[in-house]
Order: sequence, then structure tokens, then C-alpha cells
Amino acid sequence: MLGYFCTYVPEEILHAAGILPVRILGSHEAQSVTEPHIFAMFCPLCRDCLAQGLLGRYDYLDGIMIAQCCLHMRQAFTSWRIHIPTEYSYYLYMPHGVQSPRAYPYLRGELADFKKSLEKWTGKTITNEDLDRAIKVYNTNRRLMKQVYEYRKKSDPPLTGLEAMELVVSSQMTDKEEHNHALKGLLEALPERKLRRPTGTRLMILGSEDDDTEFIKMVESLGATLVIDDHCTGSRYFWNEVTPQEDRLLAIATRYIDRPACPSKDWPERTRLPHILKLAKDFNVQGTLLIQQKFCDPHELDIPVVRQHLEKSGIPTYFLEFDVTVPVGQFKTRVEAFLETFQLPTDLF
Amino acid sequence: MLEPKYKTRLLDCWNDAKQLRAKYYENFLKAHEMGGIRWAGGAWSFSAVPAGLGDDVYSLTGEPYGATVAYNKDFAAKCHDATEAKGYARDLCAYMRNYWGSIILDEYAWGGEFPKADFLWTTHICCSHAKWYQVAGELEGGVPFFCVDVSVGPYNEMNERRINYIVSQTMDGIEWMEKVTGRTYDDEKLIQAVYNECRATSLWAEICTLNKAVPAPLDEKTMYSLYVLSTLMKHRKECADFYEKLRDEVKDRVTDQIAAVGNEKYRVMTDTQPPWAFLQLWRYLEKYGVVSIGSLYTFGLTGIFEVKEDGTWGPRTTPQEKGIEIETREQALRVLAEWTLSRPEWQHFYSPELKSGMMRRIVREWKVDGVMLHYNRGCEGLSMGIAENKLALRKAGIPVMHFEGNMGDEREFNLERTKSEVDAFLEILGAK
Repeated sequence: MLGYFCTYVPEEILHAAGILPVRILGSHEAQSVTEPHIFAMFCPLCRDCLAQGLLGRYDYLDGIMIAQCCLHMRQAFTSWRIHIPTEYSYYLYMPHGVQSPRAYPYLRGELADFKKSLEKWTGKTITNEDLDRAIKVYNTNRRLMKQVYEYRKKSDPPLTGLEAMELVVSSQMTDKEEHNHALKGLLEALPERKLRRPTGTRLMILGSEDDDTEFIKMVESLGATLVIDDHCTGSRYFWNEVTPQEDRLLAIATRYIDRPACPSKDWPERTRLPHILKLAKDFNVQGTLLIQQKFCDPHELDIPVVRQHLEKSGIPTYFLEFDVTVPVGQFKTRVEAFLETFQLPTDLF
Repeated sequence: MLEPKYKTRLLDCWNDAKQLRAKYYENFLKAHEMGGIRWAGGAWSFSAVPAGLGDDVYSLTGEPYGATVAYNKDFAAKCHDATEAKGYARDLCAYMRNYWGSIILDEYAWGGEFPKADFLWTTHICCSHAKWYQVAGELEGGVPFFCVDVSVGPYNEMNERRINYIVSQTMDGIEWMEKVTGRTYDDEKLIQAVYNECRATSLWAEICTLNKAVPAPLDEKTMYSLYVLSTLMKHRKECADFYEKLRDEVKDRVTDQIAAVGNEKYRVMTDTQPPWAFLQLWRYLEKYGVVSIGSLYTFGLTGIFEVKEDGTWGPRTTPQEKGIEIETREQALRVLAEWTLSRPEWQHFYSPELKSGMMRRIVREWKVDGVMLHYNRGCEGLSMGIAENKLALRKAGIPVMHFEGNMGDEREFNLERTKSEVDAFLEILGAK
């Protein structure tokens, strides 16, 4: 089993090597173990993730890896590597310049190095057949997840935002074949499934990494349903597939370069803006919650423009800053106030 | 106050440095009047590349500009307010906020309106670099922007593929520059600029190496005013020429035992950018016979080093010293990429252990008694891994303290509290 710190990790190659990738996430509990390792101006997520390692909660992992992302998560990875005995660790130099055509051959080469490294570690050669099988399993998962998300477009979505988030996060921690099996079962049940609650205001949520289920539950208890997201614990994780081609590694590289971008890689053009707006339109979104992990520079750099863009398109936004734990009571009042703006005066009085 | 033990005097070439810097900012302001063009980008940009567009191409590098603003506390506060009013978080890079604030307010730190660049050209290694100029271009109404991704791993893992990735992007960048400026690119000018850059950054490393001497011929506060030239115009002949002159003068100071701090008794090093509005802290140290001999930041932000035959750090041998003749555009870009990837301050982006190793080397070779780490809220890039550096230095038995602050936002620096922390550290060192 291999723990990974960012969803730019090419899981297909791990699957092909017979390795189970497990995303390392935090526990949303206050902790006091990371202060000596990460300066407090870095995001709560990176500190929470490292805390889990230092507290021994991932002691079942055989290795760890990162695909180059923000400076914050890189520190969680490097401190983990220094302080937590791990049999295998790998830093994949995933390019940031994903809009340059030069990124494709470059990443293809980096993936070849990574594949070799895994072969050395496991003693197993990764064949084209192994890669084909892994690509198929992962593409199936992505396709099934998109089918589930399609149901969220309905005027009465048969699943909540919380359930959707749990589906994605569980897929980041379990075997994809098992997950596919469960998704197929869910897809059979969804046409008949009804939520015994009004849909209320249709919201989109987007921003930094977010697996704060307590928060999502609270929002959806206020007469709203989260119908779509742009999170790496959500749609961004599975939105595009690997398009098979003879050069398997180039096919995988292309998928990760072309995926909906993390803001740290979204330059010089802002590809996130049309993508987010399309999601909002396709899922008939009335308002957007913009959330950001405290000190998350990549999202801090994008949020003002994203906000402006959505509001110009007639989609109201509301901004909230997250920490390891969120003040649910305060946030409830604020979200309620936001939701009230969608109600007609007659609804209010 | 300790009695002076060594002779001391001001640098003879001090005013040359001041004039070069003033001329740099003036040139950018007046570039259009002189028929030239302007580009802006990070101090780590491949500044030699736009040089191929002509001799009348002037740059404004963002970080030193941000530091200049930081020194003027009132203007910096205005810049921060303006940036925050646009919705940007106050914990973002302080230089970037000073720079954006200047655009929003349309005020140049040197007076007058903020001079808009004709194009933006930068590199990306920390989360903020490309985004800085993406936003700057938007705030300026759509200035063309190109960024080279240089985050290809540490120098000790370098290979042809990684260098090729940078070279090919830079080749694309040249074609892009020709398009956005309408100018024809001159490879000879590029080649000359690459030679200049290698010479300038190696010379700066040599100057830093001379500070191994006891007494130190330079103190860090003075070095801030000298290294800055290589963050402004490392590719220009006048920069390399100035460093040659400075190197000769510093050599003489070593021979003649001319100290930066006459009462030098203890030697410390710092880390990351200083809180620019509070450099008096460095003078405060001197009261107790403590000289800051520099830092990995001052040395390796632009200085290029190599391990010499005796195992110590010294200036990297330049391509011209090795007799390498650069003949083509691609070769020039390859030399430049390979040279730049060995920059000490690029290594910690992949591992704090690499930085800790370089810091221990400085402690050893520069005879440092203690380390003062600036936990700099203004720069996540250079503060990355700093807590691990602290642990590693401690493990090596090196006295180390940290103080928290911000290089460019005075709201996050408390001088009196920091002095108290420094006092305690000086007591540990025996200096107080």
C-alpha cells in the first residue's frame, strides 16, 4: 500500500504494479505534533496530513509518494520522509507548466522513471497489459462517477452533496475494482432513489481540498443541496479519462496534464474559469460556496477572479475560510444568511 | 559596546552600486522615452533571454521592487490595503502584494505613475511566481505573459530530459517574444548575456566566499545592497563588471584585515529575506560584537557555487573559464538552464535536507557561531522547510534561534519582541 499526497499522482501505474494507492488526508482534530516540523503559516491540511503520519495512523503503508503540487503539501511529504520510517518514497516531478506542449514528453519521461522505480521496489515488471488493465479499471471508475454525478443535475437529485463527497473520497482510499462494483450497484438503485427532503437552493462548492463532511452536512441541513463541486476531493479527481494510445505512458501523462487544473498549475490562461462556469450552468447552480484552507496560496490567488467571474455571470458567491476544524455554529449563521438571499420576500415574512 | 579590534572602513565602490541600482529603475521608467521596451518578471527569470531583443530592453524584477516598497512602510501599507480591497488575502507573498498594490494605485516606488511593462516574462518554481504575473497582467489590462516552468527537481538529480524541458519552453518563449514585440531576435546578444550572467553570478559567489575570512570583510546588511544588483540585471555587463571591481576590493580588505564590524567577536548567519523595514536589527547585533556574515539567502539567491577540489564551497567555474564557446541559441539556453538549476536557493523546493546540508556547510566554512532563522510570513517559498532546517541544525549541535516576521509587511513584525528574543540568543552565545 502506498500513501499519496496529491491527486496528480498517476494511480494507474501503481495499480498496474499491484499497489493500492491510498490518499493521505487529515483527521480534522486539533493536534500538537507538527509545530516543530512545519511553520504555522502553511495550510492546515498539510499539517493535519503530517500529523496522521506522526501519530502512527498510517502505519500500514509500505511507501509514500507525491506528485509535485503546492509548497504546502510538499512539506508534509518531505517531513514524513524524514521522520517516519518508510520503505519506499518517491517525488514525481509533475510539471506545473501544463499548458505548454513541452509538458507532455517531459512527463512521459518522468513516468517512465517512476515505473522503473516501482519495478525495482516490487521486483515485478509492469507490462503493457498491466497498464492496459489499470487504465481500463480507472477509466471505468471515472465513467461511473460521472454517471453518478449526472443524477445530480436532476431537479430532485437522488443523492446529497455529502454522499457525493463520500463517494469520491472513498474511491481515493479503496481498490478501484471494488469501488467500481459498488458504484454499479449504486447506479442501479439511483433511478428509483428519492431523498426525503426538499432540494432547496442548488449550490456549487469549490476551492481548496475539502473533505470536511461535518460542514457539508451542516450546509445541507439548512435547505440547500450541493449539486456540484470543483474540488480535488470531488469532480476534479475523476473528470477526464485516459485516452488509450500505443504509448501507454504518454496516454497517462496526457490525462494528468489535461485534467481540470489545480490553481497552482492554471497559467498562463485561466482554464478553470470556463470549466467552473460550465459546471454551474450544467448543474443549474443558484449559488456558490467558495472555500479555502487558511493560507492555501494557490486558491487565494484564484478566488478573487473566480468570484468576480461567477458573479458577473449572475451566480452569487459566498466565501469561507477553513481550518483543521471549522466553527460550525458561526458558519451555520453565515451560510443561513447567504441562503436567505435566494428566498423571495414572501418566503421570508 | 566592545572596543574595535580591527580596522574598518566603508567600501570604495559603494556609490557605484547605488548608482547602478538607481539607473536601473530610472531606465525602466524612461524606457519608452528612449525608444526602448520594457519587460517585467521575477528576479529568477531568465533575464538573459529578453536581452536578445536589443540593447534597449529594460526590466523590472518584482521581488527587489517589492523589497524597495517594503522599506517605505507607509507606501507598503497603502499597497497592502489596495490589494486586500481587491479581495486578495493578506498572507500572500508580501512582495507580490507590494507590486500589485503599486499597479492598482498606479504609483511607482520611485515617484510618478507605475510604468506598465510591454510584456511579462518569468519562471515558476514557487506557487506564487506564475500567478503573480498572471494577476499583474490582468490588473494592467492584459499585458502578454509567458512563464517557463523550472520545477524539474534538484540539481543532484538533473538529467538531459529535465534540462530539455526548460530549454524547449525557453525556445518557445523567444518565438513568443518576437511576436509580441515585433522585433527580430539576435542570438549573439543572447550569447553575450549568458556569458555575463555566468560571470556575474559566479563573481558574487566568489565575493561571498571571501567572507569566510576573519574578520569578515562584509556584513550582511551591506551585502543586501550589493547582491541586489544580481537580482536586477545579472545578465548585464555592467553588473558583472561591478562585481569584478567589488571582488578585487573585498580581496584587498581580506589581505589588509579590514573588517565590516570592527569589534567582531561572534559570527552569525541568518536565513530568508530580512524584514526590510527593520534592518536596524542587524546594527543592533554589532553593538555586541556580532557580525552576520550572510546567509544561504544572501549567498545563494543568485550566487552560483560549486564544491572545489579541497571539498569547500567556492564560485562555480564559468563556461568561458572552461573554454566553452557558445555558438547557437539552443546551446546558449542549455548553458543557461544547466547553470541556473545549480542555484543553491532552488534546491530546498524539493527537500529541506538539501538546504540543511548547505547551511551546515556555511556554518563550518564561514566559522559561524550561531544561526538566526527568520520565519518569514511574507515568503512561503523561502520559508518552506525552515522548521526542518532548524531541527537539522540543532541536531548538528549548532546554536539556533528563530524569530517570526515578514519581509514586506510591517504588520507582522515586532521589533521590540524580536530584540528580546535576540538578546536571549546572544546570551546563549556568550555575546551579552
